[in-house]
Amino acid sequence: MCDSEKLNALKAKQQAWQEKAEAKLAKAPERKKAFTTISEIPVERIYTPADIADQDYEQELAFPGEYPFTRGVQPTMYRGRFWTMRQYAGFASAEESNRRYKYLLEQGQTGLSVAFDLPTQIGYDSDHPLSQGEVGKVGVAIDSLADMETLFDGIPLDKVSTSMTINAPAAILLAMYIGVAEKQGVSSKELNGTIQNDILKEYSSRGTYIFPPLPSLRIITNIFEYCSSEVPKWNTISISGYHIREAGSTAVQEVAFTLANGLAYVEAAQKAGLSVDTIGPRLSFFFNAHLDFLEEIAKYRAARRLWAKLMKERFGAKDPRTMMVRFHTQTAGCSLTAQQPKNNIVRVAYQALSAVLGGTQSLHTNSMDEALSLPTEEAVQVALRTQQIVAYETGVTETVDPLAGSYYIEHLTKTIEEKAMDYIRQIDELGGAAMAIEKGFIQKEIQESAYHYQKAIETGDRVVVGLNKFQVQEPPPRNLLRVDLQVQEMQKQKLIRLRDVRNNEKVQACLAELKKTAQGTENLLPAILEAVRAYATLGEICDTLRSVFGEYTAVSTL
Amino acid sequence: MSTGRKIRILAAKPGLDGHDRGIKVICHALRDAGMEVIYTGLRQTPEQIVSTAVQEDVDVIAMSVLSGAHDYLFPRVMDLVREKGLKDVLVVGGGIIPEEDIPALKSVGISEIFGPGTYTSDIIRYIQDNVQSKS
Repeated sequence: MCDSEKLNALKAKQQAWQEKAEAKLAKAPERKKAFTTISEIPVERIYTPADIADQDYEQELAFPGEYPFTRGVQPTMYRGRFWTMRQYAGFASAEESNRRYKYLLEQGQTGLSVAFDLPTQIGYDSDHPLSQGEVGKVGVAIDSLADMETLFDGIPLDKVSTSMTINAPAAILLAMYIGVAEKQGVSSKELNGTIQNDILKEYSSRGTYIFPPLPSLRIITNIFEYCSSEVPKWNTISISGYHIREAGSTAVQEVAFTLANGLAYVEAAQKAGLSVDTIGPRLSFFFNAHLDFLEEIAKYRAARRLWAKLMKERFGAKDPRTMMVRFHTQTAGCSLTAQQPKNNIVRVAYQALSAVLGGTQSLHTNSMDEALSLPTEEAVQVALRTQQIVAYETGVTETVDPLAGSYYIEHLTKTIEEKAMDYIRQIDELGGAAMAIEKGFIQKEIQESAYHYQKAIETGDRVVVGLNKFQVQEPPPRNLLRVDLQVQEMQKQKLIRLRDVRNNEKVQACLAELKKTAQGTENLLPAILEAVRAYATLGEICDTLRSVFGEYTAVSTL
Repeated sequence: MSTGRKIRILAAKPGLDGHDRGIKVICHALRDAGMEVIYTGLRQTPEQIVSTAVQEDVDVIAMSVLSGAHDYLFPRVMDLVREKGLKDVLVVGGGIIPEEDIPALKSVGISEIFGPGTYTSDIIRYIQDNVQSKS
């Protein structure tokens, strides 16, 4: 029998089986009339070879480390080295966060991930009126190179890799990191790490924007260009679907909007004269690990395949590294419940497992108490141990992409890829991601999905254990980590001292030079680095740029 | 409450926090429940929020903060609410707010705090039951 005869025979048998199964439904109905993934993709009763009959293994899957990278970006994946275990951390002062980093490194964490407070992320010093109440709350407060020196005190920057969740002022924090390295005698060429540097998703989903899109894209391409020669091992952007998903998107939207943003960055770089293979290898990605276990695994695989095709077909990329989606994953904060917080440990474990089965390069596992406050040290330890258990005990790391060939996984991978591509075409028609955001399209799509999700919880269509089913009476949680308003006072005092001891004339000269550069077309990085070395504050540098670039005003989508 | 006019709500994001999924979902639900909702968008100072509340003649101010800055921002809004004489305005808050902070927030005049997992239907009911009629 040839393949197509075999397939037809199978389809006939499946039809007969289906009829038999459905005959029993009157007596023993299924739990629901229609099954879907958490993203509303229909899910059939079974999947068979017929569902992936048109899939060409060499074209669509191929081998790990080979185009289109569906099965992973390295040939040996976790048989070579586990993913980087990287817990996002930072709060209060640089001193306090430095202690937490050292604790995490002692506990076997393999990379650092810096959380900055909101004033730092939005380019205000701790003594700015808009910073009041926010200093040190969601991350560490960094006002100048002096704080950064404290933050990495005793941590050799040639040995660790550091990811920094910083977007609008990414160039300044990177310059500060280089400044600390210089003091440690480490060349910028040796530095390993990532800056998030993804402004488009800030406009649509996360909210820490400063400048309008055009100057923001200039800063980003300046970073690409500067790093390609001066900080060659640095991941110059982490194109983030994480926050898009947290804002309420579906898995398909997460892939689509993230890759659409990625396309916009590549186009901006090309316009600035940078070739796709110059910047492509340093682009990295950041995805969410949500609740629907199998859908998430398919999502990562779909994102890899789709990006590889887009880079090759749309931009003519030649370097395989340009086509690779290397990505960080964080488990879904929005899936955690404040009710019965210990249940979150279990949610996080499944989410972490999906990220590993999906081939992540690094992972943050959320702490059980994150729906309540910043995580305590004990909660962070359990979260890190969760990753270590996946790595060392479950055995899923011993072969590459173990779920490949599953009829369902392959079918779902293809479905997500196709649906994401439909969105990308729609965004293309709107003029690309920046225009789609300007028109409110992406925000509205996300909002609709978020509302739909919430309604499903409230009607009970979607069960959230401990929230709308299996509730218990429980006492209010104790021993939450808090950052008190003292931190703000401390930062203000530090700023007063800094302005007293630094060479203020030099600072003013550097800021004037930066302003001139911003008004022209030269790369901003050297001027920013000079200002940082002179201990100009983050706020002063951002204000200088604000005076030239202006500030972004959000479009209303409600 | 009389049926004279729709309940008018100012939904606000004080401070620098960018988490707006929750408040947008709530805005949508309040509108579906027949209320008039004005959403401020992100990064509002307490002064801006209270001044908008005065201009828009709202019955309710609903604030959302997930950054932990509620301990500074909510009382600051209440100071201004009193200063401007907005006696009848119902002020509620939500976000990531530790249980142990709630008594202090209520003592300065925040009527209710809604934490993670709250149903929009509960918020709607609370507002309908507690808003002072202006008509």
